[in-house]
Amino acid sequence: MAILSSLKLTTTSGFLQLNTKKPRYPVHHLPSPSQTALNFPIKKLLDELNPRDTLTLTRASNISISQTFTKLKSQGKVAFIPYITAGDPDLSTTIQALKVLDSCGSDVIELGIPYSDPSLDGPVIRASASRSLAGGTKFNNIISMLEDVVSQLSCPITLFSYYNPIIKHGIENFMSTISQAGVRGLVVPDVPFENTQRLRNEATKNNVELVLLTTPTTTTCRMKDIVRASEGFVYLVSAVGVTGARPRVNEQVPSLLREIKEATNKAVAVGFGLSKPEHVKQVAEWGADGAIVGSAIVKVLGEARSPLQGLRDLDTFAKSFKAALL
Amino acid sequence: MTSSTTTPKTIITPPLPKPYSSFQLPSKFCNRVTTPSSTSCTLIRDSTSVCMAGLPRPDSFGRFGKYGGKYVPETLMHALTELETAFYALAHDGEFEKELNGILRDYVGRETPLYFAERLTEHYRRPNGEGPHIYLKREDLNHTGAHKINNAVGQALLAKRLGKKRIIAETGAGQHGVATATICARFGLQCIIYMGAQDMERQAPNVFRMRLLGAKVKAVHSGTATLKDATSEAIRDWVTNVETTHYILGSVAGPHPYPMMVRDFHKVIGKETRKQALEKWGGKPDVLVACVGGGSNAMGLFHEFVEDKDIRLIGVEAAGFGLDSGKHAATLTKGDVGVLHGAMSYLLQDEDGQIIEPHSISAGLDYPGVGPEHSFLKDLGRAEYYSVTDDEALEAIKKLSQLEGIIPALETSHALAYLEKLCPTLPNGAKVVLNCSGRGDKDVHTAIKHLQV
Repeated sequence: MAILSSLKLTTTSGFLQLNTKKPRYPVHHLPSPSQTALNFPIKKLLDELNPRDTLTLTRASNISISQTFTKLKSQGKVAFIPYITAGDPDLSTTIQALKVLDSCGSDVIELGIPYSDPSLDGPVIRASASRSLAGGTKFNNIISMLEDVVSQLSCPITLFSYYNPIIKHGIENFMSTISQAGVRGLVVPDVPFENTQRLRNEATKNNVELVLLTTPTTTTCRMKDIVRASEGFVYLVSAVGVTGARPRVNEQVPSLLREIKEATNKAVAVGFGLSKPEHVKQVAEWGADGAIVGSAIVKVLGEARSPLQGLRDLDTFAKSFKAALL
Repeated sequence: MTSSTTTPKTIITPPLPKPYSSFQLPSKFCNRVTTPSSTSCTLIRDSTSVCMAGLPRPDSFGRFGKYGGKYVPETLMHALTELETAFYALAHDGEFEKELNGILRDYVGRETPLYFAERLTEHYRRPNGEGPHIYLKREDLNHTGAHKINNAVGQALLAKRLGKKRIIAETGAGQHGVATATICARFGLQCIIYMGAQDMERQAPNVFRMRLLGAKVKAVHSGTATLKDATSEAIRDWVTNVETTHYILGSVAGPHPYPMMVRDFHKVIGKETRKQALEKWGGKPDVLVACVGGGSNAMGLFHEFVEDKDIRLIGVEAAGFGLDSGKHAATLTKGDVGVLHGAMSYLLQDEDGQIIEPHSISAGLDYPGVGPEHSFLKDLGRAEYYSVTDDEALEAIKKLSQLEGIIPALETSHALAYLEKLCPTLPNGAKVVLNCSGRGDKDVHTAIKHLQV
């Protein structure tokens, strides 16, 4: 496995590091993904928090994003969609975080590929990406990690990546690689709608749904084109700005939701700024089919005293959002 | 070839209703903008969208061949369309043209001289008495000391027309920041400049100037703390404040319409040069040389002459510690194609598509991207791109200072340094016009550290 080989590169630290910065946490606290069984403290934690009911487990790679929404709609439920950055604080913690989020009842998980120049991210997610890149996170490592973990998840994964890394890897190669890793959705925030055709074609060939974004500044005419083309769900960016917690949800959201739902039957998930359970409850009441929580979750996980504490806090935090949607 | 008129012309295209007020959200109308068709190159008088090898520069999507475009978050798309529409509308606005030309003449100090560098020419004369004739286009004599003000003035006027009261800009060397702060003071606009923390240290005099002019200078510590990070931060500010704010991008990079707009506000450099060349020697230049960071001064000089196939266009980038050192900013020589700051272009990136930290002793060339039109001209073979090292540029500052009494900016010195390689290859009497894009007062303390004088 690629992760194993990358771990062996730096024998002293046990995980790949680009520079000579001291690891934030003593390495022996971190579980090694070379073990297929979980490290005892983490396994114990997960079992304590979420007794596993294996009978209802469906494989994450088998269900598409749009199918997930269809199922939820039939149950009268609104999707909880957390976002975390791959590799923050490190990939082994990301594996555990994905499992924690899954067992908390996340319906779709958005996983961000860290990027050096994120034009749509605020300070929290930017810092998260910087930590991940400084720790040596590479695309191949993320893919290997996903190949390991997706089969253990019941909810599908959507990747969030800026366009340049996709171009560098080659669109066809990128799509087939992520598909083989079990990814079912993709969000690319800096490709204009007019230039998404090639991405969409390659995504479709690989059973990946390309989610498009619409924003408060998007004209109605353009919004209609966007929602017609969007796959998986429609991502409604709730605020004019970059990612980051906000005290209140933008009051334009209800009318924006109404306009979108006049134009399409596809599911609409609201993101940006949602940082409290009250926020997700509010957008659900306004008619959203899903609520995306990013910076608030990234902060809890990435800025904790230790990965273990971060995972504990993540569990509590994620459950509070899920509870607000019940 | 007849010369163009003495007054610098701005851009033109189909007339659209004006004035153009800030839009109210959410807009209810469909914004299909009337722009030059991508399938035909309608050449109106001084058309913005001209052609090269049958391809428009740019097309209606802002592409130069495969380069350019608008790779930005959706939140910015409407603002870009609004900007483009306003820009085209002002092309037929006589009042705008008059106001712009008046400011360029009376405030900026245009037209700038085309100066015959007698001693520099003599320096490059070969033992048999043959050699090229070197002329310097004195953009360093503009108000604020560089070519940057041409674009700052044009865009500030545009922002006023759009009703935007808050201006943001990124800056590397500080010249674009100073030009923007200058024009904001002139027009009473709120001005915020983003500058990499590392650049603020090496260009401290410019930081002081911006603050003295009333601008707020915000240090950017993220990433490499240089120009690319300042640009990323400015884009994020624009995404957040797009309704009230105009982003005066300082080079021919960024999403459409910026590469076209910034080029068009600088094209006065080339237009004047054509007229002056005719006056001075009754002909055209043979070779044009300019330094390339983002590429604005080079496009400003080149644009007028792109369709004159007998004129060589030479851009000079920063090779830093050397092209093989891994510490350079020679994007067109060592980069590959990707998307940075809204445009598809050559850029310096690693195997994962992460943008890497460039290096140049000159802050203005220390950028891992380049304007998409330069990428286009390079691929077509219409323009040639070379690079010089930090040490070669420092030698060139000394040379021009001591031969002509002109202290050039470190950025400009890269173009001057390339004359060492270029002049021996040129036929006798070849007319070289080098864009002296800026003065070097801002660089003296850097030069002090490195030069023995």
